[in-house]
Amino acid sequence: MTSFRLPNRGRVDHARPISFTFDGKAYTGLAGDTLASALLANGVHLMGRSFKYHRPRGVVSAGSDEPNALMGTRRGPGRFEPNTRATVQELREGLEATSQNRWPSLAFDIGAINDRFGSLFSAGFYYKTFMWPRAFWDRVYEPVIRQAAGLGVSPTEPDADRYASRFAHTDVLVVGAGPAGLAAALAAGRSGAEVMLVDEASEPGGSLLSEPGVLIDGKGAWDWLAAALAELDRLPNVTVMPRTTAIGYYHQNLIGLAQRLTDHLAEPPEGAPRERLWRVRAREVVLAQGALEKPLVFDGNDRPGVMLAGAAQTYLSRYGVKVGDRPVVVTSHDSAWHAAFDLAEASAKPAAIVDIRPAVDAALSERAGSLGIETLLGWSPTGTSGRLRVKSLRINQLRDGRVGTARTIACDAVLMCGGWTPGLHLFSHTKGSLAWDDELKAFLPGRKSEAVHIAGAGRGLWGIASALADGAAAGARAARETGRDVQEPAHAVTADRTGTGVTAKDLPTDRNPASAKAFVDYQNDVTAKDIRLAVREGMRSIEHVKRYTTNGMATDQGKMSNVNGLMIAADALGKAPPQVGLTTFRPPYSPTTFGTFAGYHQGATFDVTRRTPIDPWAEANGAVFEPVALWRRAWYFPKLGEDMHAAVARECRATRASVGVFDASTLGKIEVVGPDAVTFMERMYTNPWAKLGVGRCRYGLLLGEDGFIRDDGVIGRLAETRFHVTTTTGGAARVLNMMEDYLQTDWPDLKVWLTSTTEQWAVVALQGPNARKLLEPFVEGLDISDAAFPHMSVAECTVAGFPARLFRISFTGELGFEVNVPARHGLALWERLWEEGRKYDICPYGTETMHVLRAEKGYIIVGQDTDGTVTPDDAGLSWAIGKKKPDFVGKRSLARPDMVAKGRKQLVGLLTDDPKAVLQEGAQIVADPNQPKPMTALGHVTSSYWSEALSRSIAMAVVADGRERDGQIVHIPMPDRTLSARVTKSTVFYDPENTRLSA
Amino acid sequence: MLLIHCPYCEQDLPELEFAYAGEAHIARPEDPSRLSDEEWRDYLFIRSNARGHHFERWRHINGCARFFNAVRETVSDRFLLTYKAGEPRPDISSLTGGTE
Repeated sequence: MTSFRLPNRGRVDHARPISFTFDGKAYTGLAGDTLASALLANGVHLMGRSFKYHRPRGVVSAGSDEPNALMGTRRGPGRFEPNTRATVQELREGLEATSQNRWPSLAFDIGAINDRFGSLFSAGFYYKTFMWPRAFWDRVYEPVIRQAAGLGVSPTEPDADRYASRFAHTDVLVVGAGPAGLAAALAAGRSGAEVMLVDEASEPGGSLLSEPGVLIDGKGAWDWLAAALAELDRLPNVTVMPRTTAIGYYHQNLIGLAQRLTDHLAEPPEGAPRERLWRVRAREVVLAQGALEKPLVFDGNDRPGVMLAGAAQTYLSRYGVKVGDRPVVVTSHDSAWHAAFDLAEASAKPAAIVDIRPAVDAALSERAGSLGIETLLGWSPTGTSGRLRVKSLRINQLRDGRVGTARTIACDAVLMCGGWTPGLHLFSHTKGSLAWDDELKAFLPGRKSEAVHIAGAGRGLWGIASALADGAAAGARAARETGRDVQEPAHAVTADRTGTGVTAKDLPTDRNPASAKAFVDYQNDVTAKDIRLAVREGMRSIEHVKRYTTNGMATDQGKMSNVNGLMIAADALGKAPPQVGLTTFRPPYSPTTFGTFAGYHQGATFDVTRRTPIDPWAEANGAVFEPVALWRRAWYFPKLGEDMHAAVARECRATRASVGVFDASTLGKIEVVGPDAVTFMERMYTNPWAKLGVGRCRYGLLLGEDGFIRDDGVIGRLAETRFHVTTTTGGAARVLNMMEDYLQTDWPDLKVWLTSTTEQWAVVALQGPNARKLLEPFVEGLDISDAAFPHMSVAECTVAGFPARLFRISFTGELGFEVNVPARHGLALWERLWEEGRKYDICPYGTETMHVLRAEKGYIIVGQDTDGTVTPDDAGLSWAIGKKKPDFVGKRSLARPDMVAKGRKQLVGLLTDDPKAVLQEGAQIVADPNQPKPMTALGHVTSSYWSEALSRSIAMAVVADGRERDGQIVHIPMPDRTLSARVTKSTVFYDPENTRLSA
Repeated sequence: MLLIHCPYCEQDLPELEFAYAGEAHIARPEDPSRLSDEEWRDYLFIRSNARGHHFERWRHINGCARFFNAVRETVSDRFLLTYKAGEPRPDISSLTGGTE
């Protein structure tokens, strides 16, 4: 294989070869290469296939704007990444890269047939082609499109890497470490300000890395760069971060940074994070993002070997790679001339420099002449040839706007330059306005909305001298804003190569424009023709053109294509570019892994897991857990060989037969205290509280101001001025927030204090006919007989030697107690009761049995049997409303016409005709099972269980006018059959006389 | 992520510490039973949804836990002022130098 590596050139280490593979074939690169530069050094230009037409594609750029050279990279199980940009991925020993979107191979791809039928795939093709018949969409069109389109393949294994995140504050954040950014960091750093300098590339330097011939302060560019970095390194107040992309610019100078930590290492340290997300709050930001080179838009401008002239210059200077032996340069800007000169001096003399401008600076022509390069001024490219690599360029002379005769130049690379676009992506994130510069034919930063300074090429200043001067000024300004005294450094530059150029739309051709494939957006396969078609078909806004053609909607967000697309759309619309406007850039600046955003929030640390004091016992005793809000709760306690159904049935039987023990610690608890506590409770809850005696409990129902049920729970009055409020497990924080809201803002005059005590108390529930017998010997200071301590009592006492709040309440229908002790005693209390309870065959039960037992009694669970549109009357809870109270939260809404209208869904019981059939929760209910679809749903099943006590299934449901349907049969259509069930207006299935409660 | 000034803590703190709490200066009626259905509907549901200066409530929920009021420009997402609950609605022209 021919090597395109030039000895003693570039910043790569010629003494350190690195082996890697591409599509299974072994290659060798050098330390300091990117994947792209290493492939080019091996003469490989064909690096991918395009998205829609599957056209062969080569690398176009040398940076993060690369649209074509996207590959899969792999480093062992769970470490596969699709769409890795070969121009960004640093070469590492053993790197495995594979091409994408081709079958069976990159060189021979069946999907390329799309290219032949390109006229079928024009703009808006999806909208036009796949309309009818409707049924074809799911089964035919979508699967076929999904198979044919797309880039990389999503990884299928869980990501094996770790990701990190960090916050930082700094005086000055400089984005981009090219000449402007370096000068800004030096100016600000010398003032003593805290400075962070970040750059997406593997090493700082930006365009200096590609321009070694420039002299700065008397030194060669690379020596000056080394000195500048050494100085920044010595300054303790300056941090330089390479491989760090500023991905988003958010409010009040918050910048998101994605730092790549290990992808460049052959052997990453064990456990080291792969990437880190930084959230940096900067007092001042300097954006020195530079400018991006634009392609020229002509037929065949996407053939492998056609690339940006600046990229070729970078491959030469930075990596010591010539992109071809016989390139040809086509340009509308001076910068490509300099690239041509560099190549000529490095034994890759261009066949010609073709410039669409009729005249250029005489110095350029003279220099070309002295190097023996043919120059063709006023010529325009009109086509290329070559299947997997460009073989020739076709050009035509332009005269008076007309396309003259054609000529063909043999070549192995076409280096194009259509001018430069200031990189304003991050500035756009801030909603800063853009101003069109008609001379540069570019958007420049306009009105600013943040404390930001834009420096260098980012505001249209070309050349290294102006970048250094502007960067130094911006850095000094930023440091001054933070109160530092600053000397603005001056840098002397010689041999700088500035230039000018023109911005063109799609270039003219003498061929049929309808068959031209002049690409604007390479990654999404959008041609100039597509954009003109979109305008012809009525798209007027650039945002509509973008969505109709998908121009700029690929993962590169149109870094190369947006301005070319705009120029063409503006021309087609007959408007000036600023009147058409640019589409909006959004974060992230370049594709960012999900892992970076997830950071530490993966696996066991995805979210908080709250555990009760009794959780270790449950775990040791084989509990199966379920998440409830952020808690993990014991769901059921299977014995050996038991499935969930068997375990729950056993737990239900044991509790109703003797005694069950349940960890109710997760119940929300709020202490409501103060002279006005009772007034506050009267206003918040529907129920009356004034006459509730000390030592008594009441079921409390909480509504929103809209009259719908928000929460419920048993509330005990411990003193005239003290209530122990319980809430649902998931509702605790919401209820406290709602109470605080009313207390702080509507009723600040009330003397009431609210305290969340959820985690202060461990709660052990004993339920069952033997509950008192078990508990009684442990209780001191309280008579818990039925006469002295009836159902719905509360008292403070001592249980098993621990201070306790004892409730006599039941969520099972059995005789029941809930013992609240300080959380630190919860486990000890549980274990004492457990030991003693063996006498009574005590059975620990979990949340599933709790649900079954409460459903047998028709007790609702807010959030399961209610859904935010259920009133107290809908739920059959009108009895819980204090009829004489003048007001409470939500009362007025209960009188609104819709709340008392007929047809509301009411909570009722359902008994299936087949007693063994357990309905599915959420299943829809209909009156007529034979009604054609779409059927009229009367409501849905909210709770459904196998009831061990009744030896049949039971269910609750919300059904339109449900109570009037008492005794009627309704139907529940399921995928395999339709079930029928009888409506019961009462939801109490078990012990309706409540005889067991007062045992 | 916004920086929000808590008028009780007197500090600029990250948005993570705060929870939004809807439009400000909508007092619960003294006696809701005297309101017509339309008036009660307006109290419950009708909000200004301002493009521009919006008076709104926030709670420093992961901090001092106090509710307070704010004036925020909804287009730029910029806070003009935060102030304690119960303080009167500020005069916008005094905040913007009389330009609006």
